[in-house]
Amino acid sequence: MNKRLNKQPSTAGLRLGGDSIEVAAMTALLIGSIGLFSLLAPGFLTATNFGSMSMQLPELGLLSLAMLLPIISGGLNLSVTFTANIAGLMTAWLVQGLLAGMGILSVPIAIIAGLAVGAAAGFLIGVIVAYVGAHPILVSLGAMIFLQGVGEFLTRGGGISGMPEVFQTIGSGSFLGIPIPMLIFLAAAAGLIYIMHFTRTGFSIYMLGSNSRATEYSGINVKRVLITVYTISGILAGLAGMVMLARFNSVRVGHGESYLLITVLACFLAGANPFGGFGRVLPLVLGLMSLQVIASGMNLMGASQHLATAVWGAFLIIVMALRMPFIKQS
Amino acid sequence: MGDIAIRARHVSKIFGQSRVLDDVEFELRRGEVLCLAGENGCGKSTLIKIINGVYTPEEGVELSFGDETLSAISPIEARNRGIHVIWQDLALFPHLTVAENIVFDDYVAKPWRPISYKDALTQSREIIQQFGLDLDPMARVEDLSIAHRQLVAICRVLRAGASIIFMDEPTASLTYKEVQTLLGITRSLAAKGISIVLISHRLVEVLEVCQRVTVLRNGKLVGTYPTEGMTQARLSTLMTGLELEFTPRAETHKGAPVLELKNLSREGEFENVSFTLHRGEILGLTGLLGAGRTEIAHTIFGMTQPTSGQLLKEGQPLALRSNRDAVRHRIAYLSEDRLNLGLVQNQSINMNTAVTVLPRLEKPRFFLSPQRIKALTAHWIEQLKTKVSDPELAVSSLSGGNQQRIALAKWLATEPDVLILDCPTIGVDVGAKAGIFDIIRNLADQGMAIILISDEAGEIWMNADRALVLREGRIYSEVIPAETTEEALEAIINA
Repeated sequence: MNKRLNKQPSTAGLRLGGDSIEVAAMTALLIGSIGLFSLLAPGFLTATNFGSMSMQLPELGLLSLAMLLPIISGGLNLSVTFTANIAGLMTAWLVQGLLAGMGILSVPIAIIAGLAVGAAAGFLIGVIVAYVGAHPILVSLGAMIFLQGVGEFLTRGGGISGMPEVFQTIGSGSFLGIPIPMLIFLAAAAGLIYIMHFTRTGFSIYMLGSNSRATEYSGINVKRVLITVYTISGILAGLAGMVMLARFNSVRVGHGESYLLITVLACFLAGANPFGGFGRVLPLVLGLMSLQVIASGMNLMGASQHLATAVWGAFLIIVMALRMPFIKQS
Repeated sequence: MGDIAIRARHVSKIFGQSRVLDDVEFELRRGEVLCLAGENGCGKSTLIKIINGVYTPEEGVELSFGDETLSAISPIEARNRGIHVIWQDLALFPHLTVAENIVFDDYVAKPWRPISYKDALTQSREIIQQFGLDLDPMARVEDLSIAHRQLVAICRVLRAGASIIFMDEPTASLTYKEVQTLLGITRSLAAKGISIVLISHRLVEVLEVCQRVTVLRNGKLVGTYPTEGMTQARLSTLMTGLELEFTPRAETHKGAPVLELKNLSREGEFENVSFTLHRGEILGLTGLLGAGRTEIAHTIFGMTQPTSGQLLKEGQPLALRSNRDAVRHRIAYLSEDRLNLGLVQNQSINMNTAVTVLPRLEKPRFFLSPQRIKALTAHWIEQLKTKVSDPELAVSSLSGGNQQRIALAKWLATEPDVLILDCPTIGVDVGAKAGIFDIIRNLADQGMAIILISDEAGEIWMNADRALVLREGRIYSEVIPAETTEEALEAIINA
């Protein structure tokens, strides 16, 4: 991987050039880590292991996608995990309470309502970021604490569990041999790739992430684009909430909290620029897969979960150090 | 006069494959103001960096300082010989006071020495008085105008014992009056025996203050000439190797009226501005910095709203709420600040060209075709003869002149009826300037209505059919360039 990164041209972050290099680097990282653990970890190269990896990845994956857009736009959304919780709560509450008598029909309605809650949370953050002009870190931090408080107040610190059968099917079923949560994640990633590369919204997000005033001078409605960014982020977080709900058959405020900073790590690992304007979906997906391979591989070798987290951190530092000379040159 | 301060011969420098300087000779006399002229990339900066010891030249160089001849010089030696460079960014500490900035170098040399603010104050006062400058040593540098910051930088090098001062584009962001003051100061420094090398794009000033001018082109010495009898046209030719025209647009090209301002005012910015812009016309809008030129442009472009008065396009009153409304009404505005507002420097040439016309390119809805973007950029690169190696590269990789062509392209892509150009040649080379003006004249000939904002009388005189001179937010005078001289126009602007 080292060798590949060294080939990076001085103009890091070209639309296509930088993209293919990040993709190559992340592919190398993924192949390298799969190769390493195939040799070291007994039982790594089995269908069971790959099944469980693709079961675990989607939560972190969806939350990372929710983080990526705000980062490209030059901001951050710290409320993704609690947005996921609140969206999950909404769905669970509807299924068990208000819509309990509706049978199977209640499920899609409840899921749509949950996603709508995620969208609303993101929309509000976007409106405040766009119109008040406060820094997204502050706005989304406020939103994060707010959602946490509301969620804990509503659940009194406990959880809601006992979802209908359908959720279990979503959470642990598979289609064509691929777990459904993984399919949801891949579909979301594909959708995001489309938005970022083939719509003017995506185009505008990259532009305003680099220089929002120059983008506004070019006649782009920067405020509207920012609101879209955070709304999409909220929907993706809501989707993560649905997957968590389905997988654990329960929802609890604070679930997945530890993922928050790892989503930021994953975005930077995949070459997103902390100052905005650059970052791609595909390298992020590949990078996330490598992180999952490392965690699962180490787990199979009998190492503690926490050690795997430490390795992730070390990994980010190494990749940053390798990338730095090229960023400085440009 | 006559004593040699520096004579450098056989100066060459190779970076990788390219020979940036090729056997250049440079001579500076004591107490002289010399101009070092040449387009971007001609090797000016490299030459300076060799003389002040930052770069090591190729072998064979002779650097003589009156008595002694060296084959290389280190930055410390250069400093000890009194050679100082004031770069365009000035390298001051904005949060420190003027006095602290002036004496700063003392503390670099002796970092263990405790700082005495009292000494700093008296010492900097001495320097300021000795050269008769208008500076408050207690003021913070960040509160000063660029012109005053420049004085601080000058005091700082004088305090450090400068006898040879290189000034990199010192006049770039100064108003006419400030430029005159600065040039006066360089004259008085020269009278005290200090040698000064000015690197400037503004040819008029250069000819006014310098005794001699050394011209570089593509890393080679063109020659060193006395400024007496040198014309701006001849100097441009020496710098670019091209014969450039210096005549006003021959006739007025008025078509039907397109844009009309009726007593347009915006509180605190401009008042009762009225004029009519016609098809095929280049209307010059000039005046000193702060006269309200850019402010008027912002209002026509919908970025700000007028407090009173009317804006009409083809007879219809416009109420623009944002620049998006303006673009829809086919009004385009090229910003004077290409670095921060004109282009998104880090993003690609493709994206910067397409950004203004996304709705048109996104067809069918929700499908923005990368092919269409590329085709659009390729079209404009060809139309405007832009030198681009790869349109996927960041726009910052282009030279100033080519960046400006991309900035033009992104607005021409919107097919405007009215194009406002705010100082379109800032940071553009002399040769490239002529190219930009060729484009602008062609556009007008094809019927576009153009407002050309500039503070350079020469640019207005050569390109505008009609010029409005602004002062303190009001139209002060209307001039037809073809009926007057450049000097007369300059006098009206500065009156």
